[in-house]
Amino acid sequence: MNQTSRIRRVSPAERTSAIARLVTAVVVGLVMMFPLYWMITIAFSPSADVVSRELHIWPSEWTLDNFRTIFGNFPTTTWFGNSVVVTAIITVLTVSVNLLAGYAFAKLDFRGKGFVFLLVLSTMMVPVQVLMVAQFRLVTELGIYGTFWAVIFPSAASAFGIFLARQFIIAIPDELMEAARMDGAGAVRIFLQIVLPLCKPLVAVLVLLTVMYQWNDFAWPLIALKDAQLFTLPIGLLYLQGQYGADYGAIMALALLSITPIVLMFLAFQKYFVQGLARSGIR
Amino acid sequence: MSADTSAREESTGSTRPPPSPAATYTARPGRASRQRLSTGAAAGFLGPNLILLGVFLFLPLGWAFLISFQESSGFGASGWVGLENYRRLVTDPTFWQSALNTAAFTLITVPSSLALGLGLAVLMNSVLPGRRLFRTLIYLPMVISGIATALMGVLLFDEATGIVNKLLRESGLATVPWQSQGTAAFASVILVTLWIRVGFNMVIYLAGLQGISPELYEAARLEGASSWQQFRYLTVPLVGPSTFFLLIMDVIYSFQVFDTIFVMTGGGPGRSTSVLVTYAYENGFVTRDQSYAAAIGIVIFLITLVFTAIQWRGNRSRDTVG
Repeated sequence: MNQTSRIRRVSPAERTSAIARLVTAVVVGLVMMFPLYWMITIAFSPSADVVSRELHIWPSEWTLDNFRTIFGNFPTTTWFGNSVVVTAIITVLTVSVNLLAGYAFAKLDFRGKGFVFLLVLSTMMVPVQVLMVAQFRLVTELGIYGTFWAVIFPSAASAFGIFLARQFIIAIPDELMEAARMDGAGAVRIFLQIVLPLCKPLVAVLVLLTVMYQWNDFAWPLIALKDAQLFTLPIGLLYLQGQYGADYGAIMALALLSITPIVLMFLAFQKYFVQGLARSGIR
Repeated sequence: MSADTSAREESTGSTRPPPSPAATYTARPGRASRQRLSTGAAAGFLGPNLILLGVFLFLPLGWAFLISFQESSGFGASGWVGLENYRRLVTDPTFWQSALNTAAFTLITVPSSLALGLGLAVLMNSVLPGRRLFRTLIYLPMVISGIATALMGVLLFDEATGIVNKLLRESGLATVPWQSQGTAAFASVILVTLWIRVGFNMVIYLAGLQGISPELYEAARLEGASSWQQFRYLTVPLVGPSTFFLLIMDVIYSFQVFDTIFVMTGGGPGRSTSVLVTYAYENGFVTRDQSYAAAIGIVIFLITLVFTAIQWRGNRSRDTVG
């Protein structure tokens, strides 16, 4: 076995195919990175580079002018803070509620469990666009239109994560809970002291995916918010585009600023992100 | 009510001293009462979730149906018009154009992102130096917000100052009217969508590939199967479940594309990139014809429902097989 594989490794055909694979990977990598590279380049370029018909593949000089523009002329810091606050509240709310529900679906018996579970899951397939008019009227009726709560509640009402939570918790051995029950622990205590500590990887996955989703959410905040001081970054970006038209330098500076936290988070916790996504496909 | 009390029993139960083993044994609730206990606890655990979903999802869903049968005059809902909004849809050329664009967009992006995703997953699953780095580069666009990627698209495909046309001009080629000509605009939106989407497909396919036993390939090699034959007769059928899952996810994603088109083209030039979702938004929040927007939403929902049903059936049959 060993010998054959060593022989194969030196075969010219194998070497050609290895080189071909590497070249393909490099080309794909460059293509995937190019828009990002270009965003960074434009964000640090003087505006003359952007509007000139000449090709600058590298800024003619590095400048922070674009960042001065967005911080000087727009409530960029406020938008950033708004995004952090809204994302944090929605994430805490969604993940807690999903963990509780996931536990109930995984480990508790009750009538109509299958039906309720199906009903909850089916909500994942309801496009936000179907609901937008009615949700808009609802938040208006509730008197919260234009406030953070108008963004938070409808966004937190998502079944995103219940399925992952259920799949994860169902794998926790019943014996553990049975033992705790025999010691007189109730459902709440079993959840807090036995299930939750075993769920750390699950919580990590849920938090990361929810943060990513909410930080990037655009369609609903666009409808629910009206006051520029309350905009989240994606809406701020659109507003900036509306105000500055083709000042790509400023737009890219804000775009870069808005994606940096999520990209850093992704690079730091890549394993969990990918696990979470892959798990959703394995089912 | 009874659910409430049993839930309280459950939570206060923990403060009592643990009973002796013998007592536990005899006091262990019978099947029926344990069921009731669980139902009470379940209500407590599910409550917050069901309230949120009920108020902010199911209620608006029902409301959307109602609104779609009403006449909209500005903000307030008024007069009952029955199927009038739907009748209007049938004769609205912009609706049909948007529906057609949505279908074309889906038919182009789904197979290409499946093929690219599988190809890249196979590549990234093979022996390759720097494999982890390449994987990261492919996933990365997926985590960037739709509006930021769309703005990058605007930057790249700007007709006058965009880098794509600059590069074409530098190489002495004809530039492409990305913003003023329908087909080119459509192509630019598709390219950006593929850029965002391929990473997700690759993740799912990689997970699928890692579940395939290497012995199968070993056996195929001994039989003298070429790499293409191994791919065609082993890999493709064996990642079938992943393909099926991705097909549904990608169809739903493409069907509901919003950010990319809204920001990159706004549905234009003309109506050439208008899709159902941007058209619904336009009616609901630009021209303020909210009942008509609700009717378009319901159409989107019904089509999505068909795909959900397919997925549900597919999942069930796969559960019984596996």
